[in-house]
Amino acid sequence: MSYFASSTQSHREIHGASTPLETRNGHHGNNSPAPASNQDQAEILARAQAGDHHAFAQLYSIHKRHIYSLCLRMVGSVAEAEDLTQEAFLQFHRKIDTFRGESALSTWLHRLAINVVLMHLRKKSLQVNSLDEIMEPTSDQRPGRSFGAPDLVLSGAIDRLTLQRAINDLPAGYRLVFVLHDIEGFEHNEIASLLDCSIGNSKSQLHKARLKLRASMRDLQQEGRK
Amino acid sequence: MRESVNTMSCAEFQAQLPNLIGSTENIAEHPHLQGCQLCRALLADLDAIAQAARQLFPIEEPPDALWQHIESAIGREEATPDLR
Repeated sequence: MSYFASSTQSHREIHGASTPLETRNGHHGNNSPAPASNQDQAEILARAQAGDHHAFAQLYSIHKRHIYSLCLRMVGSVAEAEDLTQEAFLQFHRKIDTFRGESALSTWLHRLAINVVLMHLRKKSLQVNSLDEIMEPTSDQRPGRSFGAPDLVLSGAIDRLTLQRAINDLPAGYRLVFVLHDIEGFEHNEIASLLDCSIGNSKSQLHKARLKLRASMRDLQQEGRK
Repeated sequence: MRESVNTMSCAEFQAQLPNLIGSTENIAEHPHLQGCQLCRALLADLDAIAQAARQLFPIEEPPDALWQHIESAIGREEATPDLR
């Protein structure tokens, strides 16, 4: 039993943030040929930075699935994810000259997309200047006490669809930290920096998110038995 | 100190969980867990949820039309830089 002993550092690799995505399964959109190597990608980037539109289209083709999937996980809505992906690539186009290669392009783009999502969530919240509101759900959205709860592991209730539904139902602030930490593989200090909150707050939100998921899955499991 | 950890209630232990889980400490060895089946079950659940979530979300393909929207928006921005 690991009790969270394993590091989450490799998740970004799992989700391909550092991987030339289009070379992984050969699926290409946009009718652009997939780059075969990092050197090809560096050349494409240089051409895109010089204003070559075809090269930018190729960069879109390489990174679109990763960025779209990230947005979809963070907001849980297809329509919003499409809008946010569009905004992320527009910002990428505007800022492409500022990319100096200190990190992998995929990492840089990943950060840019997360910031686009965070800006979107800020705009959605009534308190425009702060994520506090979505970071701290109302009392009825918080997880309840867990004493005496049935054991999901022993009852075999970790079902993919049930879990996906439970994650989609999480309050926005909980989902944000849960996705960033448990799925995207960010550390608490990175999340604190991204969300402009304390490390303790990030840990607390993650824990509440997991408790809320456990409670939701129990409820969904009981609904399924009725 | 050891005695107070051993006699910790479930509420006290669970209040410390966010920090314990986020630390490098091996929670499985925490004295409270040695005698508390409920908290062991809770941790096992939370661990299973986190692990299952990592496998949950496939990489999704955005709709083909999205590129056309982006291309059009770039064209508009280049035609009128004030739009940025």
